[in-house]
Parts: sequence; structure tokens; C-alpha cells
Amino acid sequence: MIEQRIADPVATVTVTIDGAPVTMPETATLLEASRAAGADVPTLCYLETLTPFNSCRLCVVEVAGSRTLVPSCSRMVEEGMEVQTDSDRVQHTRRMVYELLDSTVDLSLVDDETTRQMERYGVRTNRFGDGYRRTEAVKIEDDLYVRDYEKCIMCYRCVAACGPDAQNTFAIDVAGRGLTSTIATEYDITLPDSACVYCGNCVGVCPTGALMFTSEYRMRESGDWDEDRQTVTTTICTFCGVGCNLELHVQDNRIVKVTSPMDHEVTSGHLCIKGRFGYAHIQSESP
Amino acid sequence: MFRGSRERSSADDHVAYGGLASAESRRNLLLPTLHEVQSSVGWVSHGALNYISERLSVSPAEAYGVATFYDLIATEPRPERVAHVCDDIGCLAAGAGSMLDDLRDRLGEPDEFGGSIAWTRSPCLGQCEKGSAAFIQVAGGDDVVVAPATAEQVIEILHAEKPQPSVSPSPIRQDTRLLGRTTLSLSHHESHGGLEALRKALTMLPGDVVDEVTASGLRGRGGAAFPAGIKWRAVGAEAGPKYVVCNADESEPGTFKDRVLMEEDPYRLIEATTIAGYAVGADKGYIYIRGEYPGALRRLSDAIEEVRDRGYLGGNIAGSDFSFDIEIRRGAGAYICGEETALFNSIEGFRGEPRQKPPFPTQAGLFGRPTLVNNVESLMNIPAIVLEGGAAFASIGTEESTGSKLFCVSGNVLGPGVYEAPFGVSTRDVIDMAGGVDGDLQAVLVGGAAGSFVAGDQLDVPLTFEDASAAGISVGSGVVMVFNTEVDMAPIVSRIATFFRHESCGLCVPCRVGTVRQEESLIRLRTAEDRDEELALLADLDVVMRDSSICGLGQLATVAVQSAITIGLIGAKS
Repeated sequence: MIEQRIADPVATVTVTIDGAPVTMPETATLLEASRAAGADVPTLCYLETLTPFNSCRLCVVEVAGSRTLVPSCSRMVEEGMEVQTDSDRVQHTRRMVYELLDSTVDLSLVDDETTRQMERYGVRTNRFGDGYRRTEAVKIEDDLYVRDYEKCIMCYRCVAACGPDAQNTFAIDVAGRGLTSTIATEYDITLPDSACVYCGNCVGVCPTGALMFTSEYRMRESGDWDEDRQTVTTTICTFCGVGCNLELHVQDNRIVKVTSPMDHEVTSGHLCIKGRFGYAHIQSESP
Repeated sequence: MFRGSRERSSADDHVAYGGLASAESRRNLLLPTLHEVQSSVGWVSHGALNYISERLSVSPAEAYGVATFYDLIATEPRPERVAHVCDDIGCLAAGAGSMLDDLRDRLGEPDEFGGSIAWTRSPCLGQCEKGSAAFIQVAGGDDVVVAPATAEQVIEILHAEKPQPSVSPSPIRQDTRLLGRTTLSLSHHESHGGLEALRKALTMLPGDVVDEVTASGLRGRGGAAFPAGIKWRAVGAEAGPKYVVCNADESEPGTFKDRVLMEEDPYRLIEATTIAGYAVGADKGYIYIRGEYPGALRRLSDAIEEVRDRGYLGGNIAGSDFSFDIEIRRGAGAYICGEETALFNSIEGFRGEPRQKPPFPTQAGLFGRPTLVNNVESLMNIPAIVLEGGAAFASIGTEESTGSKLFCVSGNVLGPGVYEAPFGVSTRDVIDMAGGVDGDLQAVLVGGAAGSFVAGDQLDVPLTFEDASAAGISVGSGVVMVFNTEVDMAPIVSRIATFFRHESCGLCVPCRVGTVRQEESLIRLRTAEDRDEELALLADLDVVMRDSSICGLGQLATVAVQSAITIGLIGAKS
């Protein structure tokens, strides 16, 4: 007998996004509903493969009846919700969040999407005078990856990837409180001394370049990093039988970085130390 | 699935109570364990942290994240005695600045932890009616409070062989519904009608107790003024296990009523928490008490033991089918843990960061279970509601603000202390109850650091939830802090901004960065050539923090500052 599993039926709810009704499964978030309706909603701390942390507040929308704005990445749709995705209040929050982040950390390596959204909301720099800025030397502790916390926006993605959402290693967490809180190992010991297993999944989820392959960091330092000269080749990792997809970023016929596609059903973008960093033998010079 | 040749019996079970389940059951011991190490040796070393982590199955990085979240847990070497001296608004207004200067002259700068003793500045210690206060952490002994405090006394205790607390009793000048009943033992409590409400509740159906609370119209006294009956009903309707949490993490600057209640009448709080447990069907209660309240902690711990010995806590309370027990958890110096979801995280052994709501605590609270959270003062009203009925309670006060309210009166007033009045009195009435202003009135901070400065006609607004809200102010936790014309308000307003910057957990951007930008802007405002630019910046911060911070701390961190600008205490064109 052939058994065929049919998915449980999912109830749908209808919400109004910017005046237009949208019908979504009841398990959808307001972000998904907004995007389904064609709304342009920026995100920064949110990543599809991780639990929402509600930290950046960029994805907030205005929900009728709610005193405060609502983070759309974590809020489930409810029947009859009336949502404004780009009201004056929403625009104010988004512009201010970008300005506040820009005033404390180095956003020079954020992705193109974030740059586009910052232009869209007319972000002004230097509004806050010579106030507090995060200053910390780059942590280079090994040949695999570096940590430049002057670029860290405390989105918690790396903590979740190191912890319960992917690797379950728990080598890093947020330490301290408030503006001076940082991502740290216990007592800020170096990574080689910590529980870190060098899966590099924190690097894979970092949205600001605070975590970076050492190879990329050194090439950027020497001015050799040039994404226009890079190709990306998708292949399958040969180290074991799991079948993780690898994306080899190659510049001048040398691998400079390895990632995995976020939508790959095996990896969800995550790898282990071998897949992520075990490529040196490919390009080692014979003795 | 078991595929053996015979029926499976219990002898076939090989269950190891380890792994994730056991880690989850132990993680909530993290903060109590850190407290133990801290109070034994004065700081938590890397070795100690590793040992704790191993025993509790918590990763060291996470344990470090928790330890560094709290002001009262040190992860760098500290002397065995550290004095935390209040430099917050209440004490500043009352003139504690000279005491701080005195301490600096005699002990050197604060936060120098290299020597054998040290001192540091502290946010409000909840001793505001005394006018000055210090909380001294004593490694290897009991932490002590000195209030009022002089530099002389603080230094004496830092050197004393066996430090003794020196706290003048809170002057209670009234014998009212909530005040004036200093109970010394459970028998003493009973001789004042104590335990009658619990015995009566146990003869009622739980739903009927909830109905009385609903009928009473009681609204939360911690600051948010949420109708208690709605919470009780919601938790009662959920399936167990469920929890009751008493929020005794009183840290709102200028607030000290819950401390007074716990120190004076701990038995009533235990009785009320037990009634709440019965009404909503919980079998476990937690009282999360502020770390800087060693006096109230001792009284409550002793009282709980006594009540348990007498059979009113534990299994089959007073011979009924109802079993319930209460555990005390001690905070460790973090204002944010008074936010209910941050409080859950703190008890569970995580960083005391708030959670995004919904889900609300009534659905998924402590340990992810339905949880009833009530403030100390809210719960203290419960025995009377059970005994006299909700309707009798609702006949006091106004229609929307039933019962009476405790007001914490401090600052430049002749008789600082806790006062109780039925809802309907104005700020001016409360000040009159406390003997009037010491000097000429400049402004009053109503509702705490998360409240507003009021002056002029606003002083006559009745301090009910509805009238205050209509006037754009907030009853909050009942703070009435008086400032006379001698007080320079710019440093006071700045101190409020500093408080929020220091206490922001750092989770969300508007609050983490906004609180520091607000503080910086206020400092610039004092000398700014272009005040309009600073005022516009402050207004922009106000909107984003109110609209988009994850919890009440960030949402209210600009309110007092904006009110000070509105009534002209700061920022006026010179």
C-alpha cells in the first residue's frame, strides 16, 4: 500500500496591508503578509533561518489598535488586522534606527539592500555630535575568522547561530548590559581557548561584516579584495555524506571564502569547520 | 519503539535523567548560585564560573552573559566590602550631594576596586524617605543597608568587624488599610485577623475568588494599572502547571512602598500570594525581591518558613486539597528585571532581557507556562477583598480607580514617607498629608523616573488612573517627589537620563542607543547655542523610543525629560 502524507490543512486569515486585503496561512508573520502584499519592509536582525530577536526594530509596522509599533518579523497575522507598513510613524522609527546605529558603529560593509533602505529613508549622518562610538581593536586570533566589533550592531544573529538555532555550541553570548554590551566568550577569552568549534556559522549570518573570514580581512587590508573579480561556484562538500552545498567564492583562481545557500534544505546556510574552512589543501603549493 | 519478544515492563526502562531536560531543570539555579559565590568571596572568578557552568549544565559564555548583566555580581576582583551609595534624584534633592563629596574626599574616587574597600555610585536604593542611603555588599557576611547615611557611617561599616545594618524605621504616621500593622510573628498576624481571608478563600470556589477580585475593580499598583481581575481570570482559564509571581523588584526611582509593606507585614503578602495561587490554580509561587532589600528579604524568608511550619504553605494547606509553596528569588541590581517578562528570564537563569509581547504572561510566562504576575501592593489588597467582598473595595476611591493607593513622598517635603489615601486625592493633597513643602515648591515628579514632572495647575489633578491619564501624567508606582526652588533641575533631569542609560538592557536599538543620545543631548543643552536643534533631537528620540522600544523601560525613558521641557524646568531660552 502506498501511503501518501497529506499536510494538515492550515487555516487562513485575512489582514489588510496598506488598505488591501491579503489572505495568509495563520502561521504567517506580518512581515510575510506585508511582503506578499508587495510592501517594501526593511529588516536587519531578522534572518529566515533564525528565531526572531526583535532587536533592530526596523521591520516595525503600524497595527490599528496597538499603542506601539509592532515588529512584523515576529508577530503572527490575526484575523482583521489593519496594517500600515510605511506610515509617518513607521518611517520615523526606521530613519531613527538607521541614524542611531550609524552613530555608534561602522556600517561601511552592510549589504546593498541596507544601503538602499538607508537612502530611501533619508538617513542623516552625524546628527548626534561627538557622542559615544564603539571603539575596539579588531580581534585576530587565528587564520580562520576575525571579529571587528566596531561594526557590531548587536543583532544577536551570531549568538543564535552559535547556540540553539544552528550549532548548539554556545561559545558566545551577549555580555554586559546596555550600550556597552558586547558579544563575548566567557571572560572574553580568545576563541581558540573557548568552546568555539570554528563552524563559522556566526560569520555566515553576520549582516555588517563584523565577523569575517581572515582571508577576506587580509585581502581587504591590502586592497586586494575585489568582488567584481570573484566568481561563485556551487558544489557539494566532499568531506562526509551529508551533502552540504558549498558556494566557493573564487578570486584570481583562489578560494577566498565559502558560504552555503540559505535556502538549501540540508544546510539552511550553515556548515561545519571542514566545509567552511577546509579548503586550503586545494590550493596549497606542493613542497 | 520497543520490539522485544515480551510485553515491556518497568524493568526494561533505562531512563537517564540527564541531557537537555536536566539542564532545563537546573538552569534556573544560575542566579541564586552566582549570588552565593558573590556573597561568599565578593566576586565570581573564571574558575568559579566554570564550576557553576559544569554543575548546572549551562555554557560558560552564557553564564558569563548572565553574570555581567547584573550590577551586584562582579566578574573582576573586588574588595570584600563595597558600598553602593545612592546618588539618584531623591537623595540629591534631599541634599545627599555633600555626603558623596565627603566620601570622595575620604575614600578617593568611586569604582576603584584595587584596594581593600571600595565605593560606587548607585541608582535609587528605595530608601528615599531617609534622604540618603548606602547598600554595602559584605563578602562572607550579610549585606547591610545604612539609611540615612553619613560618610562617617559608611566608612565605619566598611571597616567594622561585623557590619550591622543601620536603618531608621520608616515613619508610618497612619493606621490605614495597608499601613500601620507591624506584624512580628504569624500568631501576631492572626491576632489582627490574619489568615482569615485564606481560610475563607479555601471554602470558596476558585472562580468565585476571581469574581470578587474582578468586582473589586483592583488595578495593578506597580505602574501599569492593568485590571487585576482580567489577569486572574485569564490565568485561571488556562491549563496547568501555572505560576504566581509576586513582583517585588521595586526599583523605580523614588519608590519604596513595597519595601515598607514587606518589612512591616510580610505575612499578609504570603497570605495574599497563596490566595492568588488558589484562585488561579497555581501550585507554585515566586516572590522576586530586589537585591538591594536585605531587610525585607530576611523578614520574608523567616516569615515563609514560619508559615510553612504552621501548615499554611506546602502540601494540603490548612487541611484542604490545595497545595502551594512560595520560593523567594533575589534580584541582583537590574531595574529592567521589574519588567514582567525580563523578570521571568531572570528567574529562569537567562539574561534579564524583556520578551516581545504577545504572548502575554497569562498565556506563556514563567517557564513558558501561564503566569499571574502582580505587584506587592496589588496583592496586599487581596485579603481585604476576599473578606469584605469586591463590592466593598470598589466603593472606595473612584469608579475607575478603586480602593486606596500608597504614595511614596520624598524630596523637599517636611514629612517624607509612605502615605495611603483613597483614589481621588491630588498631588497637592498628598504633599499636604506629608506636612507640606520644605521651602517654595518648584516642581513635583509624579510616578517615578518613568513618570512626569508637574507644576502649577497640574498639581490639582486627582491622582486617579483616569484623571492622570487625561492630563497626560501617570500615577505610576505612586511616587510624589518634591523639588523646592533651591534645587537646580538640570542635573536632576540629566540624572534621570543617566538612570535609563545605565539600566537599558541593550536588546533593542531605540532604547540601547536612544538612552545614551538623550543623556548626551541633555548635557549639551545646558550650554548649547542652538537649543532648538537639541530640543528637536530630543523630540525625535522621544518618538522613536515611545513607538518602537521593546518594553516599557524604553517606551517611558523620555517621558520625564519631555515633561521637564514642557513645563520649562530645562531647555528654556535664556
